[in-house]
Amino acid sequence: MLTTILFYFFSTILVGSAAGVVLSRNPVRAALFLVLAFFESAVLWLLLDAEFLALVLVLVYVGAVMVLFLFVIMMLDINVAKMREGFTKHAPLGAVVAGLMIAEIVYVVWFRHLGITLATTAPPLPANYSNVHLLGQVLYTDYMLPFELAAIVLLIAMVAAISLTMRHRTGFKKQDISAQVARRREDAVRIVKVDSEKAS
Amino acid sequence: MMAHVPGLAWLLAQWSAMPAYLQLLIVKTAEIIGVMLAVVISVALLTYAERKVIGWMQSRHGPNQIRIFGLPILKGVAQPFADVIKLLLKEVLVPSKADKVLFLLAPMIAIVTALTTWAVVPFSPDFVLADVDAGLLYILALTSLGVYGIIIAGWASNSKYAMLGAMRAAAQIVAYEIAMGFALVGVLMASGSLNMTAIVSAQSGSILHWNLLWLFPLMIIYFISGVAETNRAPFDVVEGESEIVAGFHVEYSGATFATVFALPEYANMILIATLTSVFFLGGWLSPFQGLVPADWLLAQSSFLWLFIKILWFLFCYLWIRATFPRYRYDQIMRLGWKVFIPLTIVWILVECGMVALRVGPWAQFG
Repeated sequence: MLTTILFYFFSTILVGSAAGVVLSRNPVRAALFLVLAFFESAVLWLLLDAEFLALVLVLVYVGAVMVLFLFVIMMLDINVAKMREGFTKHAPLGAVVAGLMIAEIVYVVWFRHLGITLATTAPPLPANYSNVHLLGQVLYTDYMLPFELAAIVLLIAMVAAISLTMRHRTGFKKQDISAQVARRREDAVRIVKVDSEKAS
Repeated sequence: MMAHVPGLAWLLAQWSAMPAYLQLLIVKTAEIIGVMLAVVISVALLTYAERKVIGWMQSRHGPNQIRIFGLPILKGVAQPFADVIKLLLKEVLVPSKADKVLFLLAPMIAIVTALTTWAVVPFSPDFVLADVDAGLLYILALTSLGVYGIIIAGWASNSKYAMLGAMRAAAQIVAYEIAMGFALVGVLMASGSLNMTAIVSAQSGSILHWNLLWLFPLMIIYFISGVAETNRAPFDVVEGESEIVAGFHVEYSGATFATVFALPEYANMILIATLTSVFFLGGWLSPFQGLVPADWLLAQSSFLWLFIKILWFLFCYLWIRATFPRYRYDQIMRLGWKVFIPLTIVWILVECGMVALRVGPWAQFG
């Protein structure tokens, strides 16, 4: 009962903030609504006892991805008026995409002949049940290969991103810490003995 | 004997007549309020300690005028409370071009994230507000939310200096969070659990069983990253008085200044000190456990040991602030990305080797 009330409470906020992402005129506010939407979906996962997924969603998406997102949006000087000019032009395409997505969801949810078994009430969990342990066990046994493959794909993406942005430009000064640390007094200072002027 | 007092007997009867969930609700609410009050009062006393300690380190007196009811003890100890009263009585100014909703929302976000993290901190063997299974992840998730208070404050102020401070904060916190996360991976491997109480219990035995010994590099990195995460000197370029005036909180005044800047920063300092003690110094465990007879007072594990460890790390915070000059911004970034993250990864690999070879604390898994 309480869970149902909480579910509807948080999903109302979720839908509201998702609408806010689309409807708000200020891009920074839109991004902040997206943050709220992520947070609310994490809360919904918590209600499903998926605490690990919920916390990781907050940690990765809210704590890291959206911070960098906001960082970029705040730096850009976005001309809102110019963006709105293109609205009527792109609206039909957007409508088609939205329609397709709604149709897919309706197809899956409404027509149950796809053979998808609907979620029934989950079996009661034992008292010492640990979401994290079970998830780790499944990831490192049954899904070992896909898990490792995903890790390799991410690694390749990371290396690619770094190598794309690392440009070695000539003719500009760059700090070389190891060269600075390796510098000795003898390399830099020359002691010159200057004879003092003699009184004539 | 207590039950002879008529009013008390009536209260006790009312209490036992209550349904269990209501009792739990009342007890937990009282505990939460107690922890919050303790944190807020500690913040006030920490600001006093900071000014006194740094004063002594610089051959000054620090605050020495305001006393409690004019009593001739502890001169200046009421200074933080006077400051709080002053801040609360001042006018809250909102810049006319600011985003008013977000401008007032930022202090709330900052204070909520600074206080909610305390929910999973284990204070003593039998006192923790919520003994959740994924406590460590909860702490990582919530501390990563703290940056929103700063970013939103900086952006909503509609001021160049505040904006620059917010940018610096975002880049710095994201950089050091990764090193912090990796340092905690090492803690996880040593304790085998995400539960905070289990992390402390895994270190019981003697002082040689603490994570301090095997994870020493990770402890240093965790604490320094914690200093950077809380934007304290020498990593306080987010405020950088000499370059960007006061950074993200330049437009805040009065009560909003206290909640966007002072309270979260000091509460997070205490939190980092507590977490470093919990993760690496065995939390509430006594250092003499297993070294002196178990029935001695010294060997008893209690909150007092945690308190001493927290005080030590807080003193380190102040000590560092009085000692080191501010880092240059690119050096901060270099330290975070190019020094700390590789170091933690190397030490995780070393730890993997120790686990595989069953060395040290992992010998018991033989």
